[in-house]
Amino acid sequence: MSATDHALHVLALPFAAFVILAVLPWLRRKGRAAGWLSIIAVAVALYRALTVWAGGGRGEATWAWIPADGGPIATVGVLVDELSAAMLVLVTLVSLLVQIYSLSYLDRETPPALGRYYTYQSLFAFSMLGLVLSPSFLQMFIFWELVGLCSYLLIGYWYDRPSAARAAVKAFWITKLGDLGFVVGIVMLWASTGTFEFGALFRMAAERTLPAAGLGLIMVLIYLGAVGKSAQFPLHVWLPDAMEGPTPVSALIHAATMVTAGVFMVTRAMPLFRLVPDVLALIGWVGAFTALLAATMACVEGDIKRVLAYSTVSQLGYMMAAAGAGAADAGFFHLLTHGVFKALLFLAAGAVIHAVGTNDIFRMGGLFRALPQAGVVFIVGTLALTGVPPLAGFFSKEAVLAGVWEGRMTGPFLMLALTAFLTAFYMFRVIFIAFFGRAHAESHPHDAPPLMAGPLWVLAGLTVAIGLRFVVAGAGEHHGPGWLAPLSIGLALAGFLLATAMYQRRLLEPARLAAVFPLNVLDVMARHRYGLDALYAGLYRALILGFSRLIGWIDRYLVDGLVNFGSAWTLRAGDLLRRIQSGRAQDYVYGVAFGVLLLFVWAQWVRR
Amino acid sequence: MGAPGLHAYLVLAALVFAIGLFGVLTRRNAIGILLGIELMLNAVNINLVAFARFNADLVGLVFTLFTIPITVAEVGVGLAIIIAIFRARKTIEADHLNLLRG
Repeated sequence: MSATDHALHVLALPFAAFVILAVLPWLRRKGRAAGWLSIIAVAVALYRALTVWAGGGRGEATWAWIPADGGPIATVGVLVDELSAAMLVLVTLVSLLVQIYSLSYLDRETPPALGRYYTYQSLFAFSMLGLVLSPSFLQMFIFWELVGLCSYLLIGYWYDRPSAARAAVKAFWITKLGDLGFVVGIVMLWASTGTFEFGALFRMAAERTLPAAGLGLIMVLIYLGAVGKSAQFPLHVWLPDAMEGPTPVSALIHAATMVTAGVFMVTRAMPLFRLVPDVLALIGWVGAFTALLAATMACVEGDIKRVLAYSTVSQLGYMMAAAGAGAADAGFFHLLTHGVFKALLFLAAGAVIHAVGTNDIFRMGGLFRALPQAGVVFIVGTLALTGVPPLAGFFSKEAVLAGVWEGRMTGPFLMLALTAFLTAFYMFRVIFIAFFGRAHAESHPHDAPPLMAGPLWVLAGLTVAIGLRFVVAGAGEHHGPGWLAPLSIGLALAGFLLATAMYQRRLLEPARLAAVFPLNVLDVMARHRYGLDALYAGLYRALILGFSRLIGWIDRYLVDGLVNFGSAWTLRAGDLLRRIQSGRAQDYVYGVAFGVLLLFVWAQWVRR
Repeated sequence: MGAPGLHAYLVLAALVFAIGLFGVLTRRNAIGILLGIELMLNAVNINLVAFARFNADLVGLVFTLFTIPITVAEVGVGLAIIIAIFRARKTIEADHLNLLRG
C-alpha cells in the first residue's frame, strides 16, 4: 500500500467512528462503549500514521470535485509529505491519549453526555487530520471550519453553564472574523491564478509566474485566518475563555492541535509567503508581540488553566515569529514539541483540578506531596516549556530563537528573549503556589487514577525521549550564535530564581513589587487584559447589537407594519362590505331595480 | 275618440309593472310580494299581446299562452314555499326572514 492509501485510512477511521456514533443513538448513549469505539478507531489511526511517518513514502492523490468546462474547478485528496506525516502522528497520538484520559476525567458525566463527547472527539480527529492532509486551500478551508465547529461544540460541552456557552460563542465569533479574511484571500488567489492546489501554486511561485499584483493583500488576508485560529494578537482573546471546556479538550484542541492549524497553514503556504517579505515581517512582529503580551498576562493570572492558555498563546507567538523570520521549519519543530509538552501540562493540570475540584492556584498549595505523579509530570512539562536541556522544548525554542536572530529581526528577538524569561517566571510561580507552599488542611486530594496517569507518563516520557534524541542527533540547521544557548538557559534560570524569591523564599513580597512604578501600570493593564476584551465587548455591543436593534426595529415596525396595515384594511373593507348583505330579499331587489335603472339611463342617454 | 294605439297599451303595461315593482319592494307580507310579482308578469303579458296585435304577428300570442300557465305554476310553488316558511318560522313577514344576513 502506498503512503496515500495509509493516509486515507488514518482519515477514514475516526470518520467511521463518528458516523457510527452519530447514526446509532443506542450505542452513543452507552457512554463508555462509545468512548472505547472512538479510542480504538484513533488507536488504529495512530498505528497507520506511524506507518506513514516511518515508512517514508510520500505522495499526493487527488480526485476531481467540482466539474466544469475545461477541467474541474477544485479537487479533493490527500497530500503526504514530511509536514503532514509529522502532523498525522502528533494529532492521532495526542487524540488517543486525550481520549483515554477523558474516560477517567469525565467519569462523573452521564452516559449520553459522554457519548456526545466522544462523537465530537471523533469528528474533531477526522477534521484535524483532513486539514493537515489537504492538498489545496479549498479543502483546507473546509476542514478548517470543521475543526472550528468541533472547538465550538467542545468548549460548550457543558452547555448548561452560561460561561461555557458564552465562551463557545466567543471563540466561534472571533475565529470567524479571521476566517472571513482567509476565505476572501483564497478566493482572490483563485481569481488571479485559477487554482486552489498547493502544488500548482508552489510551481508558479518557483517559476516566478505567479501574478504579483495584489499578492501582498491576498497573503495578509490568508494570514488573517491564522491570526484567528492560532490566537495571534489582536484576536487572541478567545483562547483563555475557551478553557471553559473540559481540560482534556483544552489539551487536545486548544494546546496541541487545532490552535496550531494557523502555524501549520503558514508553514504549508511558506513558498507563497516568501514572495511577499513585508507580510512575513508582519507575521514575525505580530508573533513576537503576541508572545510577550500573553506572557505578561500569564504572570498575573490565578486560574491554572488560563495560565496555560496564555502560555499557549505565547508559544504560538514563538512559532509564528519563527515562520515570519523565514525559519518555518524551526516554528514547525516547536509546534511538534510544544504539542507534546503542552498537552502534558494541560493533562497534568486536569489531574490536579480533578483531584482538588478548583482551578484557582491560590486555593491549591502543597499538592506535590498529595499528588506526586501529577506534580512530577507537571514539572517535567514546565522544564520543557521553559527550555531546559535536554528536554524537547529546549531544542525547539533554541531553533526558534536562532531562526529569528538569523532572520535579522532584532526587535522580535528581544521580545522573545524577554518572553523566555517571563515564561520561566510564570510557570514556576504556578508550581510554587500550587504544588509547594502551605497545604490547605481541609482537602484530601487523591492522585491520578491509572487511566489518567498512563497518558501523563507517556507524554512525559516522550518529552524526555524527543529531547534525548536531539542530544544524540543534533537539532536541525538553526544553531545561531554560540552565546544563544547560554542566554536562553540563563533567562530561564533568572525567571526561575525570581519566582523562587517571590513565591518560595518570600524574599520579595509580590504585592509590594507590583506597586513599584513601571510594574504597577503593567500589573493593572495585564489584569484587565489590556482592555482588549472590554474593547471587543463594547464594539460587539455598539456595532452588532446596535445593528441588530436597527434591523429588529425595521422588521417590527416597517415590514410587520406593512403586513399589519394590509391585513387591517382588508378586515375593515370586509366589514364595510358585510353590511350590504342584509339578508332581506327586498333589499336585493332594490339593488336589482336600481341597477336596471342605471343600465337604462346608460343605454338611453350615455351610450348614444 | 278612436281606438287607443300601441303607445297607450305600452303606457298601461309600464304602469302595471311599476305598481307591481312598488308592491314587491314595499310589501312586508310575503303574499303581497307574490301578488306584486304577478302584476309585473302580467304587465309583460300586456306588452306581448299589444305587440302581437299591432305587428300582426302570432308569436307574441303564443308566448303569452305559455306565460300564463308558467305564472300559475310559479304562484303554486311560491305559495307552497310561503306555507313551508310559515310552518317553520310562524311568520311570513319579509323583514323577519333575514337568516342570510352577513
